Amino acid sequence: MPTRSTLRSVLFALLAAAALLAAPPPSAAAVFSPESFALANGMQVVVIPNHRVPVVSHMVWYKVGAADEPEGKSGIAHFLEHLMFKGTTNRAPGEFSRIVNRIGGSENAFTSFDYTAYYQNVAKDQLGLMMELESDRMANLSLTQAAVDSEREVILEERRSRTDNSPSALFGEQISAATYLAYPYRIPVIGWENEMHRLSRQDAIEFYRTWYAPNNAVLVVAGDVTADEVRALAEKTYGAIPAREIPDRAARRGQEPRQLAARRLEMDSPRVDQPSWSRRWLASGALWGDAAQTAPLQVLSEVLGGGTTSRLYRSLVVEKKLAVSAGAGYSPDGLGPQVFAVYASPRDGVGLDRLEAAVADEIAALLRDGVTDEEVASAVKRMKREAIFARDDMLAPARLFGQAMAAGRGVAEVEEWPDRIGAVTAAQVVEAAKAVFVPEQSVTAILRPKPAS
Amino acid sequence: MRRTLVLLILAVGLLVRVSPASALDIQEVVSPGGVKAWLVEDHSNPILTLSFSFVGGESSDPAGKEGRARLVSGLLDEGAGDLDSTAFQKALTDNSITLRFNSRIDRFSGRLVTLTETRDKAVELLRLALTGPRFDPEPVERIRAQVQASIRGDLQNPRSIASRAWWGASFKGHPYGRNGDGTLESVSAVTADDLKAFVGAAFARNGLVVSAVGDIDAPALAALLDTVFGGLPEAGSIAPVPDTTPQAVGETMVVQVPVPQSVVVFGHAGIGRDDPDWYAASLLNEIMAGGFGSRLTEEIREKRGLVYGVYAYLLPLDHAALVMGGLATQNARVAESIKILREEWKRMADDGPTAEELADARTYLLGSFPLRLVDSDGTASTLMALQESRLPIDYLDRRAALFQAVTLDDLRRVARRLYRPEELTVVVVGKPDGVAATAPVPQVPGVPSGGG
Repeated sequence: MPTRSTLRSVLFALLAAAALLAAPPPSAAAVFSPESFALANGMQVVVIPNHRVPVVSHMVWYKVGAADEPEGKSGIAHFLEHLMFKGTTNRAPGEFSRIVNRIGGSENAFTSFDYTAYYQNVAKDQLGLMMELESDRMANLSLTQAAVDSEREVILEERRSRTDNSPSALFGEQISAATYLAYPYRIPVIGWENEMHRLSRQDAIEFYRTWYAPNNAVLVVAGDVTADEVRALAEKTYGAIPAREIPDRAARRGQEPRQLAARRLEMDSPRVDQPSWSRRWLASGALWGDAAQTAPLQVLSEVLGGGTTSRLYRSLVVEKKLAVSAGAGYSPDGLGPQVFAVYASPRDGVGLDRLEAAVADEIAALLRDGVTDEEVASAVKRMKREAIFARDDMLAPARLFGQAMAAGRGVAEVEEWPDRIGAVTAAQVVEAAKAVFVPEQSVTAILRPKPAS
Repeated sequence: MRRTLVLLILAVGLLVRVSPASALDIQEVVSPGGVKAWLVEDHSNPILTLSFSFVGGESSDPAGKEGRARLVSGLLDEGAGDLDSTAFQKALTDNSITLRFNSRIDRFSGRLVTLTETRDKAVELLRLALTGPRFDPEPVERIRAQVQASIRGDLQNPRSIASRAWWGASFKGHPYGRNGDGTLESVSAVTADDLKAFVGAAFARNGLVVSAVGDIDAPALAALLDTVFGGLPEAGSIAPVPDTTPQAVGETMVVQVPVPQSVVVFGHAGIGRDDPDWYAASLLNEIMAGGFGSRLTEEIREKRGLVYGVYAYLLPLDHAALVMGGLATQNARVAESIKILREEWKRMADDGPTAEELADARTYLLGSFPLRLVDSDGTASTLMALQESRLPIDYLDRRAALFQAVTLDDLRRVARRLYRPEELTVVVVGKPDGVAATAPVPQVPGVPSGGG
């Protein structure tokens, strides 16, 4: 919540943004008309013209995130993101940020499990300067011990703000650790506190040297610009950096073993006054499991728990008056195993066991009786319309393409999303529901007040 | 926290950033019925975004019924006219219409986003929401329960506590001292008649501002304005809120809450939007707290690693002007952080900024304006904020000159006026080491008592 550039968000801001738009990784060909190409050194480039105002958004997405960290070094991907603002062999610490400020730009960076991204929004005539500065720190990062030590305190404060001060955020870490037996999504993006204290300058440099290279990055430029302009500038800047051999990150991450037992987490905290309940199941994603299920699962999420006309909200919140909120969530993006989640918060005086039973009833009814063609048609229509709304935004499409391509998906795959959603049938939704609602692959999580002793 | 968040958005909205050559073509549209709006036509997408606000917000909540305006904001789309809650929500969802209302301190605002193909339906739903909200028992109890759950969720949130304590201490006895979210009890006390009373008092054409961006031309917008707003009364009857200044000046209060990181909120009287020194004050705030390179971020975060975020902003309300800020740091380093904050406040007051700082802040404030206009939402809310500040329609063309006219001497003079370290009212929520309270914890709902 602090002012613009002081926030370098970890996962959450982006996920929130992505979740909002993300009903629609929309059809780019039809909606955004992007152009894509690659530089000779392997750096991918996507250009999304939008000539509304003379502004561009310049983003570089690295195909590395928290799920690629070495054992015991949790938080190093995010720490490096912060340290990328600490200067290069050509630029003093903070100089990049001061230049962005002086030209009236805004900038930020964010780290997720699967990617790390840096961006500036600036007047179009500053694009070349941004590429010069961003390509400089792709190759020439220079870190003093003092800068590393001071910034380590900053990320620890960030962890206290986001996580340690919030019981629900602390519980969220426990839930993720229980959701994955082996896959590195079990480790928080910001890092475990005990490991963060020990992150060193050398750890950051090694991570940087291993992963930050043009052939492991995607350049996304959206706004008042053409692909030819971007190509010329990119070849002069990023194009001068040699490619390097990059580890096979999917192989390093390993596989999630078979999950054979339903898990149940309960946390009672004296710092909680409003209880909450949730359940999540391991689910297929665009790059993990059965990709054909992703579009039906997105429609299932919309029918079951998307907004105030969804089944869960109607039943639990409006009709049975058990909950103040209820819904579902699913995103197919990302390299690894995804989750399909349902959640509810009780009205005052309603027991969580009643809430849990009511959610289970809704899911059982859906598996037994299916969904109607009308429900599916209505959800599909809304989701496809979201693609039109997304076109009104300059930054959202840039994020959608960056996120998809950083995970290794192609432009065409993003473009075809509305068609995939449009083809979903009621039978497919039920089939996907049967595949995903497997108790042995679920985690149920309960957060409750604990009376002060 | 919600209050602080709303305030911050408000402040940013008012702190409009202007380009010397903003290409925005703003038309003033006056409907046959006399309703005015600012319009930016843009037919590149089949979307219309409408932003508007009325005079009257959370500061008009009756004592003991705090949360009334917020409840109204959650209930206008839960049944209106012949449509009950279910039918109204279904109409919005089926047509992909976004209709949101937001209660702020002194105003009540709304936003409508619709595709052109569903525009007539959207306009009708908005008209119904403003002129015929039903406030049926089921949705009233449901939304009341949601608001109370949100209050419950914030009861031990240090940011929420800090905000309630700062405002409660600084505006004791004034509506600004009462939190717009209300309390569990005050939200319980609000009746459907109270909600209707707010609608009747606030939704009037006098004081209404409207902006429209997107796929509509002036004649169509004029007709829309009469349809939606033409039936509202000319004058509202919101009880006047008296002008005020903060109390508890210079005090430090500590609310003991067992968290590893203390949350600090600080502030004192500021400079109003219609004050001739507003532009100088905006430049000073940019130099003090405009992100990386600004004094607070450099001294507190970059050099010492004390915080993840430190911020400050000008907050010109309708009945008071403030400069506010905040930071969060581990309990052991709160005293040091506050000390540096005070030193920076004093250094700016004593010496003013450098010529280089002025130049950088000016190019930032002038150059960053187009970033507010990259989408319809940003453009519509910016135009709404300009009108709320009673600025003329050619303001964007003149804004650059207003900032260019500010000299380094102006900044030195205004810095002495704006930054008064001894007047900072500071609230700390946490278990801070070595922070001496000078005043007891204010008796404010939602703030744990018995602190140190």
